[in-house]
Amino acid sequence: MKQRSPWRDGLRAFARSRTAVVGLLLAASLVIAAALASVVSPFDPLEMNMKERLSRPSPTHLLGTDQYGRDVLSRILHGTGVSLIVSFFSIAIAATVGTVVGCLSAYRGGIPDLIVAKLVDALMSFPTLILGLLVVALLGGGVVKLTLTVSVTFLPRFVRLARGETLRIRELQYIEAARALGSSRLRVALRHVMPNLLGSTLVMVALWMAAAIRIEASLSFLGFGVNPPNPTWGNMLREAVRWLSSNPWTSIFAGGAIFTAVLAFNLVGDGLRDMLAPRLRGPD
Amino acid sequence: MLRYAIRSILVTIPLLLILATVVFFAMRAVPGGPAYAILGEQASAEAIAALEQRLGLDRPLLEQYWKYISGLLTGDLGTSLFNRLPVGRQLLQSLPYTAELAGASMAIALLLGIPAGIWMATRRNTVGDYVARVLSLVGLTIPEFYLGVLLIMVFSLQLDWFPMLGAGDLASTASTLHHLFLPSLALGLTLTSFIARATRANLLEVLSEDYLNTARAKGLPERRVLLKHALRNSLTATVTVVGMYTALLLGGAVMVETVFTRPGIGKLLVEAVYQRDYPMIQGGLLLFAACVASANMLVDISYGFLDPRIRYD
Repeated sequence: MKQRSPWRDGLRAFARSRTAVVGLLLAASLVIAAALASVVSPFDPLEMNMKERLSRPSPTHLLGTDQYGRDVLSRILHGTGVSLIVSFFSIAIAATVGTVVGCLSAYRGGIPDLIVAKLVDALMSFPTLILGLLVVALLGGGVVKLTLTVSVTFLPRFVRLARGETLRIRELQYIEAARALGSSRLRVALRHVMPNLLGSTLVMVALWMAAAIRIEASLSFLGFGVNPPNPTWGNMLREAVRWLSSNPWTSIFAGGAIFTAVLAFNLVGDGLRDMLAPRLRGPD
Repeated sequence: MLRYAIRSILVTIPLLLILATVVFFAMRAVPGGPAYAILGEQASAEAIAALEQRLGLDRPLLEQYWKYISGLLTGDLGTSLFNRLPVGRQLLQSLPYTAELAGASMAIALLLGIPAGIWMATRRNTVGDYVARVLSLVGLTIPEFYLGVLLIMVFSLQLDWFPMLGAGDLASTASTLHHLFLPSLALGLTLTSFIARATRANLLEVLSEDYLNTARAKGLPERRVLLKHALRNSLTATVTVVGMYTALLLGGAVMVETVFTRPGIGKLLVEAVYQRDYPMIQGGLLLFAACVASANMLVDISYGFLDPRIRYD
């Protein structure tokens, strides 16, 4: 008889939610598309062909071409990688740094913690996009700086999450027991509190990754992201909008890609939340 | 009630101060210094020094801070580096357009979202509820700038029912509304989905409460039970959502103003970032922060109004 473990139960709970599974499949397809972009793309994403510019979807160009005759499908496939990498790394950095800072700050308590809390509250007063605009104004454009920008934008959220969870977990009894047994505060923080943050942090990683994809696309759409001619969904949409009356298809597909990615990670995040930490459900 | 309202206002003032301070330091956090960032890598040391002097960046930090705060209190937000006009005045001129966009979007969201939420709650787990939940999922996740582009495609380019750029004439209501419809739809539909879901969830929660059974036992018709008791008490949660998502709304306004080429603070801010117009960026940030803080304050005050228990805390 197979042993029941929390992991199996959790996975089963996740699998039971149809939307979560759909999300996971979508997300997996995106990752695969990104990884295989160079192999699978029918054309070179930068290759121009003015004779076939602004064409509708056809057997040769499945998603049509843009204003320079570049194959939209190939560009979207290549753009997938950029969007996913930027969002993944920015969230990974924000999650790591933010969780450590939040946890240690809450554990330290006192005035430093109060300052951190107030600072985080202040930063989170700004709409995420505005915060992103501020950082991009300071740092500049380009992929690396964009990643840093999105990372800094999401940092306060992770700090706040970790702080809240730490304050909650700290009150639990086995922490008291560990302290009673003589563990130092730092050891308790690292060894006992942090692993318990993992569940809720993981949920928010998925959900905020969706938000990060959206912010990256937004900043690129505004013109602050990756520079043309390298494709990202955001800058593709930006260019396509100028040609909306001639050929709406590029806009439809570029924006559709953004939408699909955001949807996928939202669904996965929702599934993870129901599985790991239903407590985190908001007014939903 | 008045005491409660005043308390809410008083709490917001230090928050505004903290926000202003955060913006102050954030603007100076550029690697190399703001002057360097504005002029670019090729700039000579003399040009940088000259700009620093012009912007007052070479003064001691405390003096700069004092000048900054006292300037804020008198409404002096500095001068735009790009067009040499006062930042405050330009922001103020653009504010009405953003305000009308935000207001219209909020109105749409409430007018569509609350009834939708009620509808979904009363038809829980039926096909209708399921479809509505899928629709609201789409509404939640679709980027507002993409939705705006799609709306332009259908309603402006194809059908020619609505204009795709500009804000019309502020003086003419018809013109304003005509130019406002598509942008506020694009911005409002996301919020509609949030509100619908929140209303549904909270109504479901409230519907299972005992005091509703008391009302039913008293002989009140179901509709009255629903509207007078259940809804009134779940409004607090809806108001919370509205407050929480004001920030989202303002961020989205920036995107929608860009898509529809509407004049507004969003557009000003984006242009300022392009042009590295630091005083304007700073002013725009402050204005956005102030808007979010005020919205939260109003939400707080409305709690006292909606839920009498809170007033006596």
